[in-house]
Amino acid sequence: MLVLAGTYIGIGALTHDFGLTSWWLAISTILVWAAPAQVILITTVTTGAALFEIALAVTLSAIRLFPMVVALMPVLRGPTTRLRDLLLPTHFTAVSMWVESLRLLPNIEQQWRIPYCNGLSAGYMATATAFGFVGFYLAAGLPPLLAGALLFLTPMSFLMSTARNARMMVDKLGLVLGLLIGPLLTMLDVDLDLMWTGLVGGTLAYLVHRIREAAT
Amino acid sequence: MSSVLTELWPYFLMVLVGYLPNEVWRAFGLILARGLNEDSEIVVWSRAVATAILAGVIAKLVLFPTGALAAIPLLLRVIASVIGFVVFLAVRRSVSAGVLAAEAALLIGAFLFVP
Repeated sequence: MLVLAGTYIGIGALTHDFGLTSWWLAISTILVWAAPAQVILITTVTTGAALFEIALAVTLSAIRLFPMVVALMPVLRGPTTRLRDLLLPTHFTAVSMWVESLRLLPNIEQQWRIPYCNGLSAGYMATATAFGFVGFYLAAGLPPLLAGALLFLTPMSFLMSTARNARMMVDKLGLVLGLLIGPLLTMLDVDLDLMWTGLVGGTLAYLVHRIREAAT
Repeated sequence: MSSVLTELWPYFLMVLVGYLPNEVWRAFGLILARGLNEDSEIVVWSRAVATAILAGVIAKLVLFPTGALAAIPLLLRVIASVIGFVVFLAVRRSVSAGVLAAEAALLIGAFLFVP
């Protein structure tokens, strides 16, 4: 919860920095509900980047949601569950709620799992939305040095949470390669730099993983 | 009319290039939830791609920031990140401890060295 609040304080500051409104951020938190996608959106949408380039970077960053939903659904679905009961949990799926849901739901009776999951997620979403406003107005009112420190919250919380979630070697390698390739492509002024960072870094990490698997 | 359009434009973009390309993966997950497990090759690859793109975002935010963070020198931003990461590893991979240490290092460094 602390990390979620910190992340969204940083995103609030970033939103202010890029000249978008606090309500735009609040609605994007509710609709998009994925901090990395929101950061990509905020940092590109006002800079005149090509729309398909933004959509591509957002969609590549969002692929991770797919296996998360796939893993969560069997835990939620009971014999009488209808598809529409699963729509809300599907939209709520994001790293924060996913980790806690997989930990807590198995101890809860099947019939209460969906309401429990929705309640937990709505709490997370409300927290994130509120702290987005906090970060936005802090960045507007604080001296530049402290506003800079707020902007530093987002990359730091992303870095540590990604490192914590990277349990397999392939994920750790993806993280390191992305950190190296990303700035390199930016310096070389390559078009679609985020997309190439993901595809090249991720595929290289995956190939190394396959070669290591084959060797053992 | 045109001012209404100007005000609504960022919201339209949010839905078009933010909400839709993001939500599509959740929808796929719901539709295809049967028959895929977390260790399947396509899932491992897609997680690696998503991790690398997120790492690219992190590096860009630290190395090529805009606005107030750009006023803090590059070397200080990098050193603070490294200190935060070392503390994260040292304190049983605690995200809060790592982020707090990075912030503390950044602020102390800035108070001492930025005129």
